[in-house]
Amino acid sequence: MSSNKILELQQIKREFVMGTETVRALKGVSFDVFAGEFVTIMGSSGSGKTTLLNILGCLDKPTSGNYLLDGVNVSNLSRNELARLRNHKIGFVFQAYNLLPRTSALENVELPLFYNPELTVKERRDRALGALQAVKLGDREDHTPSQLSGGQQQRVAIARALVNQPVMILADEATGNLDTRTSYEIMALMQELNQQEGKTIVFVTHEPDIAAFSSRTVMLRDGKVVKDSKNENVRSAKEALAALPPAEDY
Amino acid sequence: MSAINLIMIALKALQRNKLRAFLTMLGIIIGVAAVIAMVAIGQGSKESIQSQLSSMGSNMITILPSSNVAGGVRIGGESFQSLTIVDVQAIQRNAEYVSAVSPVASTKGQAIYGALNWPTSLQGVAPSYFDIRKLTILDGVSFSDADVATAAKVCVLGQTVIKNLFPSGESPVGKVIRLGSIPLQVIGTLEAKGQSSFGQDQDDIILTPYTTVQKRILATIYFQSIYASAISEGASEKATNEIIDILRTTHRLRPADENNFQVRTMEELIKTLSSTTSLLTILLTAIAGISLVIGGIGIMNIMYVSVTERTREIGLRMSIGARGIDILLQFLVEAIIISVTGGIIGVILGVTSAKVITLTLGWPTLVSESSIILSFVVCAFTGVFFGYYPAQAASRLDPIEALRYE
Repeated sequence: MSSNKILELQQIKREFVMGTETVRALKGVSFDVFAGEFVTIMGSSGSGKTTLLNILGCLDKPTSGNYLLDGVNVSNLSRNELARLRNHKIGFVFQAYNLLPRTSALENVELPLFYNPELTVKERRDRALGALQAVKLGDREDHTPSQLSGGQQQRVAIARALVNQPVMILADEATGNLDTRTSYEIMALMQELNQQEGKTIVFVTHEPDIAAFSSRTVMLRDGKVVKDSKNENVRSAKEALAALPPAEDY
Repeated sequence: MSAINLIMIALKALQRNKLRAFLTMLGIIIGVAAVIAMVAIGQGSKESIQSQLSSMGSNMITILPSSNVAGGVRIGGESFQSLTIVDVQAIQRNAEYVSAVSPVASTKGQAIYGALNWPTSLQGVAPSYFDIRKLTILDGVSFSDADVATAAKVCVLGQTVIKNLFPSGESPVGKVIRLGSIPLQVIGTLEAKGQSSFGQDQDDIILTPYTTVQKRILATIYFQSIYASAISEGASEKATNEIIDILRTTHRLRPADENNFQVRTMEELIKTLSSTTSLLTILLTAIAGISLVIGGIGIMNIMYVSVTERTREIGLRMSIGARGIDILLQFLVEAIIISVTGGIIGVILGVTSAKVITLTLGWPTLVSESSIILSFVVCAFTGVFFGYYPAQAASRLDPIEALRYE
């Protein structure tokens, strides 16, 4: 099954030098993620989960240990090669959406494709439209972020993460800025992408509520994995959404 | 990343902040327009001074007699008589850099027509004198070499003389005037030339073949002066040297003897005037150049602010696969687009305002291609130079920190 391993973390350590002190954010983290998994990484603040996320996202490199993304050892790569890897293999979803202001949804989704020189203008547009349709925003391509609700903005961000057909979607507190209903909507979309399209998702969160929707939870504390468990009863976000009391605003 | 993608990214980024892009551009627009308009004014006035000078005959060379040494005593001066037809013919034959030469035998006298008379100067010249002095025949004809050969009693009148002898406005051509006791038939009139740069009325003149003056009035073989034209303004110096050599030969001067004639050109005057106007151009350009630099600093300032303001955007771009060089090039291309677009608008505005200045104020302007090219190159360079540091700052951001920047 090793060919199916999307992520391989072997004794990942990350230390920061702050003045004279050395902060050890990760003290040897090892786990694998297989294709098609929906993993949540949980931990309170200070547990090292942000540091881990940065390493998983190829934004940062471990001080020691090996990290293999889709079979490529990230530790040996240059800054430019890391950028290429991020472009081709990872789709980021952020807590604050990070959409470009005054820019249409379509252009926001197209953005990663601009850094991929192999695509023509038409391919770029078609793929961006496809990704928008996949997040059910095909009719909002001309809307700018200010014309979209928080949930819609996050869906545009998810479309942007999907557009380069990455091997993994890496979400960082992607529901942190959203209310419960919208959070569940986003999770329903994530589950759909995971179950129907087979997308591998790594979701960093500190909400146990959200973790219940994933198939596996990795718990971090003080820079170490303290629990790595399969979730036997994955909660369906769609059902959870249906169970919510009807919104009063409507 | 391909160049087209790069330009599209930069254009879209600028599009998101049109007003700011335009305001940044404004500095460059004003700078470039100012450079072009200022240089146009400077060049225009230089050109107009030069054309005035050449209408006076800027390649004109004057040969005057000078002192002679007789037994250690220097005698004579400008009244010294040393120039003869031999000198004129020698210059005509031998000087390569001289295009025309004419002797001048002049005298003063009372011109009389009917009941009217007027004191004026009579100048005996060769037909080539008209070319040398840039004189134009307004009415009638000029005299010919045949008239010179026969010492014909014909003359061409200047406008001041005409005004005083023919006040009623009748055409003087064909009439016979008298100069002292010599009757002269008027065969032509000269176009008005106005005052010379020395305050002399250039129209108070009667021109006649030099032989007429020499044989019929003065009874001399000498000339007061010889006028010549160098083949071009630049050849003045060479022509001067040639003339000196030729005249030393015809005057049979030994190497130790000093010249008994002097050769003068307009070159000094031209040099002084053009150095004044060059200074004016440099001054105006410098002032305009400063505004261009300020425009460039404006670009740098805005780009720096923009890098700070767009830190999250930069972080995002890096997280979705932009390399440092992609970010650097994006910001650089943004700066270049601003400066080049500003440059193009500035060129148009500068050329237009030069035209408007000419039309409204009547100042001569000359838009030179070199000033357009120069200011355009300078502003593109400004874009690269002032855009580079902010771009580099952007490209060196740590994506992790940039993403979390508040």
